[in-house]
Amino acid sequence: MNDNFGPKPWHQTNWDFRAAFNFIFGGAGAGLLVAAAISGGTGNALRIEILLGLALIGAGLVSVWFEIGRPLRAMNVGFNPFTSWMTRESYVAGLVFVLGLAAAWFDSQPLALAAALGALAFAYCQGRILQGAKGIPAWRVPALIWLIFTTALAEGAGLFVALAALLDAPARGVLAYISLALIARALAWSIYRGSVAKGTVRAALVRLERAGKILVQFGTIAPLALVLVAWLAPEVARIALLLAGLAVIATGWQFKFVLITRAAYNQGFALPHLPVRGTR
Amino acid sequence: MTRWAMVADLRRCVGCQTCTASCKQANATPPDVQWRRVLDMEVGEYPAVKRVFVPVGCMHCDDPPCMHVCPSTATKKRPDGIVTIDYDLCIGCSYCAVACPYQARYKTDRASFAYGKATPAEEQGYDPKRLAVATKCTFCVDRIDAGLAKGLTPGLDPEATPACVNACITQTLSFGDVEDPHSNVSQLLAENQTFRMHEELGTGPGFYYIWDKKDGETAT
Repeated sequence: MNDNFGPKPWHQTNWDFRAAFNFIFGGAGAGLLVAAAISGGTGNALRIEILLGLALIGAGLVSVWFEIGRPLRAMNVGFNPFTSWMTRESYVAGLVFVLGLAAAWFDSQPLALAAALGALAFAYCQGRILQGAKGIPAWRVPALIWLIFTTALAEGAGLFVALAALLDAPARGVLAYISLALIARALAWSIYRGSVAKGTVRAALVRLERAGKILVQFGTIAPLALVLVAWLAPEVARIALLLAGLAVIATGWQFKFVLITRAAYNQGFALPHLPVRGTR
Repeated sequence: MTRWAMVADLRRCVGCQTCTASCKQANATPPDVQWRRVLDMEVGEYPAVKRVFVPVGCMHCDDPPCMHVCPSTATKKRPDGIVTIDYDLCIGCSYCAVACPYQARYKTDRASFAYGKATPAEEQGYDPKRLAVATKCTFCVDRIDAGLAKGLTPGLDPEATPACVNACITQTLSFGDVEDPHSNVSQLLAENQTFRMHEELGTGPGFYYIWDKKDGETAT
């Protein structure tokens, strides 16, 4: 039985860089809210981190708003909380904005923690949105949910330490967290890589493999080494953490960009049987 | 309970694209939008080459992924199995398009016509509601509903039957109620070996492909 002689898969053209930016900015923003809450910071530092996180989430949503065909009907996105993760993402985004703004306004740690919980749910929704796209083999595998989730955490932690390095603010409290987030992301990539190999076309796998290699080498190993340097040598900690943070963010963003705009091949068509015509 | 479904006999299809043309005429779809397409597949290597023509489009699935992901509830499934889109609700996010494993959905952002300016026929069929929203094959649901209201039988009476089925010159396409054991499509399914596209995904397509008689030998 020949089960693979349909017209070859081709790249989807429905979601472009504008959709990718929703996952890129939204994930990093959600991750920053989590890192900010975990750091236990207060005052202006907490405010800046929360507001930047919200701004990133907002930028992602605005970006995807530019992609939809009927932007004036955008509120209809909230009509299907029963089955649509896109609707759920929009609800959670609203909650995160309310809690985050309240945390910034009142300089409240408990509210920042509540916003972080919302941000975790937001990152999870983003993973589920992609996994719900059954027409794209590279997206529909369940392992992608955790890769999107962990890269959001890692990017947020990277953004946090980069900001801390720039502003010369303390960041030692989140070094263990960023290390764990990076290991979790690398693990999630490894699991995803194993599960996506079956059913995805070679062209997509080649692109994912390249992006994944960058994620591991420049987005995991190098930042972990830099974090270690920052831990052991306080005199170069600022530059080491700045580089580590930027590497974590850049590699996460490039991976998501590739995932959505370069590796999103559909599965084409395939016939499990050929028609039997005339004599047998 | 009625479950409308389509059956395509792959042994009969000659790839004439009359169904495609008929669908475009009946539904006034713009250029590059083909709710009913016919794939032209070439299989094997010379000299053992076969060509297979495969009509595709919306499969009106039992468990449509497009409906589950739709954030606006624009995509719905009727009790008779037909998957519909409410153009007034759709926000054009294209989530359904990436969720559909059959590449059946289209979005056209601007009005476009075959020769630049709209022909009288295109003007007549032009519907601005369809701009910047998801569109797809409807199984000619308006014809079915109007026909049923007149007491006609979809699949048997042309007035109540999808345009592509009416137009098919080789009787490749058949339409009917698979829940009715006496219907034309039920008989075809009973007498022949069939498959559904990407069945492993569990979407339960309402579109069956005949590839051989039931008592025949299988193809290699």
